Formats: sequence, structure tokens, C-alpha cells
Amino acid sequence: MRTTRYGALAMAAAAALTLSACGGGGETEGGGEGGGAEAGGETIRVGIKFDQPGLGFDEGGSYSGFDVDVAKYVAGELGYTEEQIEFVESPSANRENMLANEQVDMIFATYSITDTRKETVDFAGPYFIAGQDLLVAADSDISGPDDLNGRNLCSVTGSTSAQRVKDEFAEDVNLIEQPGYAECVSLMGSGQIDAVTTDDIILAGLAAQESNQGQFKVVGNPFSEERYGVGLTKGSELCSDINAAIEKMIEEGAWEEALANNLEGVDYEPNAELNPPTPDDCA
Amino acid sequence: MDGFLSLFEQYDVAGAFWINIQLTFWAAIWSLLLGTLLALFRISPIASLQWFGASYVNIFRNTPLTIIIAFGVLALFGQLFVSLSEDFDLNFFRLAVLGLSLYHAAFVCEAIRSGVNTVPLGQAEAARAIGLSFLPAARLVILPQAFRGAIAPLGNVLIALTKNSTVAAAGSVAESAGLMKTMIEFRSDMVIPIFFTFAMGFVIIVIPIGLLTTWASKKLAVAR
Amino acid sequence: MSAQQVLFDAPGPKAKRNIFIGNIVGALLIVGLLAWLIITLAERGQLEPAKWTPFLEGRTWEFFLLPGLLDTLRAAGVAIVTSVVLGLLLGIGRLSHFLPLRWLAGVIVEFLRAVPVLLMMIFLWLAIGAAGIMRPQDIPFIAVVTALTLYNGSVIAELVRSGVEGLPKGQREAGMAIGMTRGQSLRSIEVPQALTAMLPALVSQFVVILKDSALGYIITYTELLQTARRLGVGEGNLLQALLIAAVIFIIINFALSSLANRLSKLLSFRTTGKTKNDNVSNVVVADPTNA
Repeated sequence: MRTTRYGALAMAAAAALTLSACGGGGETEGGGEGGGAEAGGETIRVGIKFDQPGLGFDEGGSYSGFDVDVAKYVAGELGYTEEQIEFVESPSANRENMLANEQVDMIFATYSITDTRKETVDFAGPYFIAGQDLLVAADSDISGPDDLNGRNLCSVTGSTSAQRVKDEFAEDVNLIEQPGYAECVSLMGSGQIDAVTTDDIILAGLAAQESNQGQFKVVGNPFSEERYGVGLTKGSELCSDINAAIEKMIEEGAWEEALANNLEGVDYEPNAELNPPTPDDCA
Repeated sequence: MDGFLSLFEQYDVAGAFWINIQLTFWAAIWSLLLGTLLALFRISPIASLQWFGASYVNIFRNTPLTIIIAFGVLALFGQLFVSLSEDFDLNFFRLAVLGLSLYHAAFVCEAIRSGVNTVPLGQAEAARAIGLSFLPAARLVILPQAFRGAIAPLGNVLIALTKNSTVAAAGSVAESAGLMKTMIEFRSDMVIPIFFTFAMGFVIIVIPIGLLTTWASKKLAVAR
Repeated sequence: MSAQQVLFDAPGPKAKRNIFIGNIVGALLIVGLLAWLIITLAERGQLEPAKWTPFLEGRTWEFFLLPGLLDTLRAAGVAIVTSVVLGLLLGIGRLSHFLPLRWLAGVIVEFLRAVPVLLMMIFLWLAIGAAGIMRPQDIPFIAVVTALTLYNGSVIAELVRSGVEGLPKGQREAGMAIGMTRGQSLRSIEVPQALTAMLPALVSQFVVILKDSALGYIITYTELLQTARRLGVGEGNLLQALLIAAVIFIIINFALSSLANRLSKLLSFRTTGKTKNDNVSNVVVADPTNA
């Protein structure tokens, strides 16, 4: 009697686990199984953001955005068809780990090239130079971070960009932290906050959302320089090929086209002095 | 080890825990008041109040706390322009306290009802026999005994509230869970010591509450 | 004191009138509050059809809400199974006669009950990511399930313990009398009865697991809250999307809670343990942990 009871329990447990395991496997069919041994083989795994409209966004089954378009072009130049690209979500906190563990082959995810990061990962590019800026209501009189004293400024939890504004430009700014930029934009829609801060192209992507059309503008007074690079595993051999692909994309005009397509309808011009950028030499 | 200690100079861990304790303290008071009122509603003679109490409990008990906290910011502050303080940061602190109180009041109500269930029927009959109507009977006879019977479950609510105060991170309150995430992202090589520091912080706060309420529930139990 | 009616007399004509007036005042208050809500929200344009019509489109459900709900149920479902298994192991550990084992199980249970689930989730997510032992797309799922298992397993362990302790002494004595060892009696007589007795409380704990799985959105797990947010980003109706997600959660959890209530009535004659004993169920019947 005892054995049957516990046996049934075990079977039920096993069945439930198996079922869920099946459910989990489906979405990554044909993907690389773990190790990075097959980089350059059948598929290429590209890390992007899934929640950044205009840059890397999960549209429900397909992906859109500037990062995605650049990634597709570069992968095409490397000899992969679109079907061979496997997009993987790479949240900011996981990017270095995902590269170090060879869980992705390259990352296009608003990934700024910095010296600290260069210690653990390699970068190709930059393919875009962004800068920290402000998103404000279309009729706002705010023209830069100095105007923010006494105003309400929103950014995401754990980001240092809002603190920088408080420390360097406007001591009396009110900071509010939200789980995502969508929350910030929703709050700005009703006028409860005056500005959202992060990289200008991310802000432009938010403003370009169909439901936000015409409501917001990017101030266009960037106060930092963020050089978006392609994150690569340390010692990767892809760097020079990727740089060549980026140069070709800019030359052909596909770069500009991708930018225009993804940020359509927004009053935003990327910093013209720095864009389009010339990729750095590979180490 | 040096790097680990310097992390604590850089980040105010004690301050973040202090915020959790303050959130817990205020939410505990408000949810106890609201929860008692709801429990009174649920045992009152008036059908509409019973209905209100039951609906409140069923709605708030079954909604994830994160959604309640998010509504505090997005709906109350964002759309309805509710302001609980002139001070910007204090406003979000109070909104988080409000969200935590609304959620936990449903559980306080249930805890007190379970306390009411420990009061023998004869107590209510005796109260009525000496001519007390509903409110005096509840106030003088039933609730004092119910509270003493409800100490253990109320202690569980308080422990949960302490832990749940970490969700306030979603409501723009700089407390310990948010700080832990920031610290780990900054020093991902120290993920284990950082986690255990925060975990032990909660163990140190929560275990005494558990011991205290267990002791109090035995000490104050109504001898029957 | 379950027969609440003893608290008050059957209302007479005067009391009936007062109650009637009270009902009307209460109803007016609630209607007033709702009216204020609706008018203010309408002023802010939150009631515009464009914010609500996406929920009538198949695409919204096909690509956002249903996959999110499925992921929520998947994480909760697996966590329910694993936490019952862990709970049984830890619970039997706490009842063991072997002191070090009992002590170890006790320390583990107390630690896991004291640490916020959110903290464990963030830790596991970042730690597993750093260790690099798993495909990145699986990490949030594993972190959510593991954190839920650790916390709820420890609560279920307490349930098992209090369930066994709530059994009449005669059950174990009868087991001993027919020559069973302590462990045999525990496994084949006491725990099965305790399980039946605690089933209602266990089902209530499933509500906690389901609600806690919503914390997964903080670590990018694509559960219902996360997909609702993504939908809200795309359509500009974040508030509405969150409201719909909340309603879905309430419906499922309400159904589970009702099931728990019915079970406790149904099962009371199936066991010598007490399905409605507050000392057993208080451990969890109202477990508000959601962090």
C-alpha cells in the first residue's frame, strides 16, 4: 500500500516536470544547446533587448528596432540568413556573464563601450554614438538638465543616470525610480513628472511608439557620450569582420535607413558631429 | 575581503534596512486598524457591511502585491494626482505604506476572524444576556479575547509584512532589495557574500518577531 | 464561535430601518467613490476606447496575455510540485528522532522562512547567470521556480509537522503496536493522514505560489505581469494592461481559495486530523507573503 501511494506521487511529480520541460523546449528549437562550440556553424546567437521600443523590442513573435536591424545586417555580412539568427534576451545585468559563458555570440543591446567592460569583454564598433538626454512633453520649456531644479525626473531603478543629473546639474531635482521606462512615460503622459532621462536614442524610441506620437520630444542637448558597441566574447575573431560590415552598412545608406525607419515621427536628430561613427580598431 | 568591507562604506546598507523597518512599522499600524474595522464589518449585523468586508478581503488577498504597489504610483499618483505629502520622496514612501496597508489589512481581518472563532459561543450569549448590543459586545467581550487568540496569526502577518516591504522597491522607495540588486550588479564577483548579508539582515529582524509572538500568544492565551 | 448570529438579536422594525438607512448611505459612499474615479480617469483620457480595444483583439491575447499566463502557470505548476516534495523532506526531517537531522532541518526551515522570496529570486538570477551553467533564456524560469520552492517548501514543512503533531496519539501507538518502527509509522500512517488534513491549507499555499510567481517580472521572467507590461508599452495602455492582469490573477486565486474551503469541508471525515483546526492551518491559511 505504501509503495503504491508514494509511487503514484512520484509519477505525478515526474509527469508534471516532464510536461513543463516540453513546454519550455519549444521556443528555442534548433537553437544552440548550451556550449559555444558551434559559433560560426548553423546559427548565430545574438543578444538584444526585448523591452526597448525602437531599439530591441519583442513584437510578439518577431523583433524590431535599430539594434535588431544592425544585428541582422551584420549577421548577413557574416554569412547568416535571417532564419539562422537566434535572438536571445540580454538584460543589462547579464550581458558580461552571457558573453563570458559563451551563451551568445554577439550582443547588440545599447551596450556602451567602457574601459571597465573592456577588461572582461571585447567590443566591435561603435555602430552608434548616443548621449544622455531628456525626454519631455512636446510643449515643455525644459532645454537641458540645468532647468530641472524643482522638477520631477524619472529613470529606472538602479540606473545611475538620474543621480548624475542631480549631482552635476540640478541639485534640487526630484528623482523617481520606476521598474521600466514605460512607467516613466505613462507618468509623464499625465503631467505628473516633467522629464525622463537616459540615452537619447532610447528616449527617441519611446517617443516613436504609435501611442505616444506627437506627445513628447527629445531635448537634443546630450550631456554625455555613450558609444554603443557590439559585445563579443574576449578573444573573439569576429571583430574585424563586424567592423567591416558596420562600415559597409553606413556607406550603403542602410544604417541611416534603419535609424529613420525605427524612429519615424519623432523630433530627434542623433548627434551629427559624432554620427555615423567610425568603428575603432580591433585589439 | 577588503573589497567586501569597502562595499559597505560605499553603500548605506543599514540605512536601506532602516527604510524597510519604517515601512513595516507604519504599514503594521494602518493595516491593524483597517483590518480590525473589516473584521467588525464581517461579523456585524448589517448585510451590506458583511458584503463589503468579504469583497475587500477576496480582492486584496488574491492580487499580487507588486500590482497593488504599481497602482499606487501609476494610478493614484500618476492619474488621480493623489498626494500624501508635499515632500516628493515622502509622498512615495507613504504611497508604499498605503499599498502595503491595503494588502495586509485583508490578512489582518482574516487573522482576527480566526481569533473570533476561538471565543466560545457562551461568551457572546453571556454578553447578550446582560443586555449588550452588537458594538459594546464586540468591544468589551469578543474582540479583547479574539485579539489574544489571534496573536499567532497576527505575528505571521507581521513577519510577512516585514519581508513584503521589499516590494516597495517597485514604488520608487530606496530599500534593501533594490540596493542588493544595485550592489550585485556593481560587484558581480561578490554575489554570495552580498546576498547572505542581506538575508541575515532579514533573519535577524524576523526571527525575534516570530519568537516574541509565539511567546506572547502562549502568555496571553485565554485559559479555557 | 462560528455562529456569529448570537452576537446580535434579530433586528426589530427600528433596527431594520436603521440598517436600511445605513445600507443606502454605504451604497452612496461607494457610488460616490466610483464616480470620482471614473470622472477623474475620464478627464485624464484613461477611459478612451483606444486604451481598451486592444483587449478585444486576438493578437493581444495570442502574443501577450495568454503566453504570459501560460508561463505564470508553468512556473507556479512546477514550483507547486517541487515545493511539496521539498516540504515533505524537510517536514519529515523536522520530525526525525535523529537530533542532528532534526536540528539541521529546523535551521534550514527557519532561514528560508525569514528571507524574502524577492531577495532569493534576484540572488539566484544573478548568481546562476554568473556561474554560466545554463542557457540564458532558462535562467529566469529556474530562478523563479527555485526561489518559490525554497520558501514554500519551508512553509509546507511546517504544515507537515503541525499536521502530524495534530494527529491523535493513538494513531502512532497503533502503528507501534503492530510492530512498526517510528519511521515506518511516520511514513505510512501519520504523514498520509496529515497530508489529507492539511490539503486545504496546502491549496491555500498554492495561491501564495501563484501570486509570488508575479515577482518574476522583476528578473525578466516573461510571466503575466511582464507580458502585460510589454503590451502596455506597445499600446500605451500600461494601466489598463496591469488592471486586466490583476483581474486574471484574482479570478484564478479566488477559484483556488474556494477550492480550499470546499476541500476542508469535504475532507473532514477522511482523516483523524483536523482539517479546520486553526492551529494547523494558521501556519499558512492566511500567509500574506508576497515578496
